[in-house]
Amino acid sequence: MGMTVTEKIIARAAHRDSVEPDEILWVDVDLAMMHDSSGPRRIWPALERLEMGIWDPDKIVLVCDHYVPANTIAAAEILQTTRKFADAFGIKRFHEADGIAHTLMVEKGYAQPGMMYLGSDSHTCTAGVMGCLALGVGSTDMLGIVTTGQTWLRVPHSIRVQVDGELSTGVTAKDLILTIIGDKGMDGGLYRVLEFGGPAIDAMSMQERSVLTNMCAEIGAKTGIIPSDGVTVKHLAALGVDAGEGPTSDSDAVYEQVWNYNATDVAPVVARPNRHDDVIPISSLGEPAVTRAYIGSCTGAKYEDLAMAASVLRGRHVAETVLLQIAPASREALQQAMDDGTAQVLMEAGAHFLSTGCGACPGIGAGILAAGEVSISTTNRNFRGRMGSPESSLYLGSPYSVAAAAVAGKIIDPREMMGDSP
Amino acid sequence: MIADAQIEGRVWTFGDNVDTDAIVPGKYLVHDLPEIAKHVMEGIRPDLASRLERGDIIVGGNNFGTGSSREMAPRGLQAAGVSAVIAKSFARIFFRNCINVGLAPVECADSGLIEEGQRVLIDLAAGIVTIVDTGQKLEAMPLPYEVGEILTAGGMENYLAAKFTGAQS
Repeated sequence: MGMTVTEKIIARAAHRDSVEPDEILWVDVDLAMMHDSSGPRRIWPALERLEMGIWDPDKIVLVCDHYVPANTIAAAEILQTTRKFADAFGIKRFHEADGIAHTLMVEKGYAQPGMMYLGSDSHTCTAGVMGCLALGVGSTDMLGIVTTGQTWLRVPHSIRVQVDGELSTGVTAKDLILTIIGDKGMDGGLYRVLEFGGPAIDAMSMQERSVLTNMCAEIGAKTGIIPSDGVTVKHLAALGVDAGEGPTSDSDAVYEQVWNYNATDVAPVVARPNRHDDVIPISSLGEPAVTRAYIGSCTGAKYEDLAMAASVLRGRHVAETVLLQIAPASREALQQAMDDGTAQVLMEAGAHFLSTGCGACPGIGAGILAAGEVSISTTNRNFRGRMGSPESSLYLGSPYSVAAAAVAGKIIDPREMMGDSP
Repeated sequence: MIADAQIEGRVWTFGDNVDTDAIVPGKYLVHDLPEIAKHVMEGIRPDLASRLERGDIIVGGNNFGTGSSREMAPRGLQAAGVSAVIAKSFARIFFRNCINVGLAPVECADSGLIEEGQRVLIDLAAGIVTIVDTGQKLEAMPLPYEVGEILTAGGMENYLAAKFTGAQS
C-alpha cells in the first residue's frame, strides 16, 4: 500500500519501513526552532534544574521576533536572555529582528524537503511549504526535543486538498485559504495533515503557497504540507542549497478525505471579527468602515504581500480616517521592497512602516487596537482581543483587500481599484 | 501519580473553540506565572479567575485550546487551581502542553452533558468521567501509554529527570 508524503517522513524519522495513521511513535528530529517568547526564557531554568545540555546546536534555529523591538524592560530582558542562550549554547542560526521565524525558515532555506521539523509556535506549519513535516509544539515539548533530539507523535490521517483552476486577478492564496477555513470551520482539520496539490498550487509562488500552509493552524490541522516540486527546488537552488527533490506521496497513498476546490471560483473574502472561520465574500459584506489597516505577520507581510498592496496603492492615498501600518515579515522583504520601489509607493500612499517582527498580530508588539477601533489586517487570527482591546474589531483579508480598504476607508472589493491607474 | 489518580472537582463549563487568547491574552505573556494565573479565561469570562478554587475542573466542547502554542494557557489554568480539563476534543498543541505540564486533558465525547456547578470524578486509567451529582458515567478516551508515562511523571521535566538524570526534579 502506498504512503503519503507525511507517512514517509515519519517512517524515516522513526526508523521504520512504513507507518499507519493513529500509531504513536518516537521520532528523531532533524530541525528545531524556538523564539524569544517560547524559547530560552521558558526552558533554560528547566535545563539548569535537569543539568542537561542541548542535543545539537547546529540543528536549532533561535529567533527573536515576538518582543522586538523591546518596548518594556521585561521585553528587553526576554531578548537579553535569548541572546545569552544563543551564546552559551553556541547556536549559530540566531536571528534578532531579522524577521519572523516562520518567514526566515523558508526564506533562509533552513527548512528543507523531507525534514522532521519541530518548532515551539503554532504557525510552525508554515514551513510545510518546503515539503517537510513542520509541527508546532509548546515550550516544554521543546525542552524534551532540544535535550534528546526526539519527540513522540501520533501518525495523522491526511486530507488531500485538491485545488484546480487558477486564481483570478485580485484574488490571492489568502482568499483561497480563508474560503476553505470558512467552509470547514476552525476545527475542520483537527489532528489531520492537509496536503495541498493541483494545478492552482503548482502555479503559485513559494510565498503564496506558504500562506496556505501557514493558516493550517487556523483550521485546527496538525500541519499542512506541499510536497517539493520544481518551485521548491528552484527556491533552494537560489540560496545555494541542494537538498534534492524530497519525498512525495505515492499514487496509491490513502487519504481520509479529499477536499476539492476550484481556484477560479474563489473571490476576495474576509473573516469577520472574532472568528476566523466566519468568512464572507466582500461583495456581500456591506462595506463596513475601518479606521485601521495592518499589513504584517508571517501570513501577510512578505515581499509579495507588500508588492500586492503597492499595486493597489500606486497613485492613491490612504483615507484621512485610516491609519495604515506595515510591519514587514523580514528585513529581506523590506530590502526587496526598497530595491524595486515598492516601499516608495507605499510611503507615498501614506503608509507607516514599523519594525519587522510579530508586531501587533499577537497583541504584543507595536500597532495594537483601542476599544471601538475597526481594523482590517493581513494577519491570521482575529480571536476577540487578539490585536489589542477586546472591544476592538478585526477583519482578516488579503494584502489587496487591506490596501483597498485603507484607501476607501471601508472594506470594498479590491478589484475595483485594480487594472487602470486612477 | 497523576495518571493513576482519581481527580474530583467542581465544574465550570465553556463552549466550542475556546482559544488560547481567551485563556491567557497575549498581553500577559510578558509576566510571570502567578500574575498570569490571576487573568486566566479573562478573554471569555473575566470574573472566572477570582472564583476558581483549587481542584476545579474546566469542561469545554470541541477544539478546546485552539490558537497559539503558548504553554502559559495550561500552566496558567493549573496555577489558578484547575486540576483537569475535559473537552469533546482538544487543539493538539494545547493537548500536548497539558501532558507536558502535568495537567490532565480528558477527551470525552459527551462533555456537553456535564453542567456547570456539578462535581465530576475522573478515573484516568479506566477512561471514565462520573458526574457525582447524578451518578452518570461518561466514557473518556484513555491516554496512550507513551503519553500517560509523561503525565504520570508529572510532566515532561520530571519525565526527563527520571529517564536521563535518575532523579525526580
